[in-house]
Amino acid sequence: MSSAALSAAKEAAAQPQPPPSPAEREPLHSVSLIVNGQRHALAFDARTTLLDALREHIGLTGTKKGCDHGQCGACTVHIDGRRVLSCLTLAAMADGAQVTTIEGLAKPDGALHPMQQAFIDKDAFQCGYCTPGQIMSAVACVEEDHAGSDAEIREYMSGNLCRCAAYPNIVAAINQAKSEMKRA
Amino acid sequence: MRPFVYHRARDEDAALQAALAGAGHDAPPTAANAQFLAGGTTILDLMKLDVMHPSALIDINRLAGLDRIERTPDGLRLGALSRMADAARHPLLADYPVVAQSLTLAASAQLRNMATLGGNVLQRTRCTYFRDPSWKACNKRAPGSGCAALDGYNRAHAVLGVSDHCIAAYPGDFAQALIALDAGVEIRRRDGDRVIAFADLHRQPGDRPHIETVLTPDELIAAFRIPAAPWARRSLFLKIRDRESYEFALASAAVALDLGQGGVVREARIALGGVATTPWRARGAEAALAGKVLDNEAARRAAEIAFREAAPRKHNAFKIALGRQTLTRALLETAALEI
Repeated sequence: MSSAALSAAKEAAAQPQPPPSPAEREPLHSVSLIVNGQRHALAFDARTTLLDALREHIGLTGTKKGCDHGQCGACTVHIDGRRVLSCLTLAAMADGAQVTTIEGLAKPDGALHPMQQAFIDKDAFQCGYCTPGQIMSAVACVEEDHAGSDAEIREYMSGNLCRCAAYPNIVAAINQAKSEMKRA
Repeated sequence: MRPFVYHRARDEDAALQAALAGAGHDAPPTAANAQFLAGGTTILDLMKLDVMHPSALIDINRLAGLDRIERTPDGLRLGALSRMADAARHPLLADYPVVAQSLTLAASAQLRNMATLGGNVLQRTRCTYFRDPSWKACNKRAPGSGCAALDGYNRAHAVLGVSDHCIAAYPGDFAQALIALDAGVEIRRRDGDRVIAFADLHRQPGDRPHIETVLTPDELIAAFRIPAAPWARRSLFLKIRDRESYEFALASAAVALDLGQGGVVREARIALGGVATTPWRARGAEAALAGKVLDNEAARRAAEIAFREAAPRKHNAFKIALGRQTLTRALLETAALEI
């Protein structure tokens, strides 16, 4: 911690209610995010979540804000290859990390990822709002080798809720994509 | 979310120093101005809900060496910054099934990739009155304000370890495995480390439910130590909930058994979750099993004893029956394990 930041924390500790507003005194945080292979150098208020950084600052609105409390999975992205919830990750925590969003799955020529194609083939969505999170989670589910059976898929996809209850078709899509992903 | 200062701690010393600077006057760790930030899955949620409003977050995610899982001369050492998913699938945990299962059955795959072991044991209650500041009465959130759950909708609340001031259930699973296996906690502080029994980490609510642990704000959990024991291998975690996955326990049981000739119980270790205000060791039930053959009747009797002191409220009396059945089943399944 810098001495300025430390003294700010001390000052915050010493002050009675109401707490001072650090936003008024603190500079924005410089954060470097590598999103779908492209580096973005940005400055954020400390409160900015990775989800808001993606949607509001970088303009990648494929990642969805559902509950914003880590209960629905709509905001699932990959950080350094692991599926996580971008709504409960501060952008600052992801500084320097490789972030993959739904926009980063297809090939540059537009060819869909096998999981995206499988969701279309198996009609694995209705309203579509949870779908980017479902697909990001599903890709990780297969890569983690947790798609061995329908029961295992359901267990390891339980963090992604679908209000339309397209679950049977989501399981079918993952079953289709997993063999294609293994071949690839 | 209210504004806060974000610091990324360079090393442990800087993290502890920042915590000390932001400790606040006489506040328990949960109310300190400066909070450690690891997985973030509890604290960022509670900051969005305005239940917690620290003025500084100290990001400890890049501290080196705190995420190791290793064998020690007397058992296992789990670094507090290990992610739940990484710990659950670590080969060394294969000899401690109750620990691995408690982690795998918790939360979702995404959350398990984020949440750390240290943060997991410190997660706050899911009591809806605690989580919603529009309810004025919550002794945990606003000391002395009362408890809206006592006469509110308390189906999810605790029946063991309750007081007239708080009946909020401790929500975690991993903690039940730790307390059952006599784990210890390594606590880092600037003037040196201390090690305490995991059973001594959490405080029962009593008349000060806002003080949840024996930690001070300038202390950081560094690791958990799980002693090797003859009962560790024959162990399991059984979790009963409203839906089959991605849900907190209504009742859970962590059971570990050392069986002798003819299935006679040499040692039993039992912890209960979902039903108590803190991680809950059922020592009376353990004692009742010692020297007995673990059959239906013995299991039922032990489960009876485990809930003898239960104090239900209007909507949660079912947890006594559910808890007993959960423990009975867990005991019988553990005894039947082929190891």
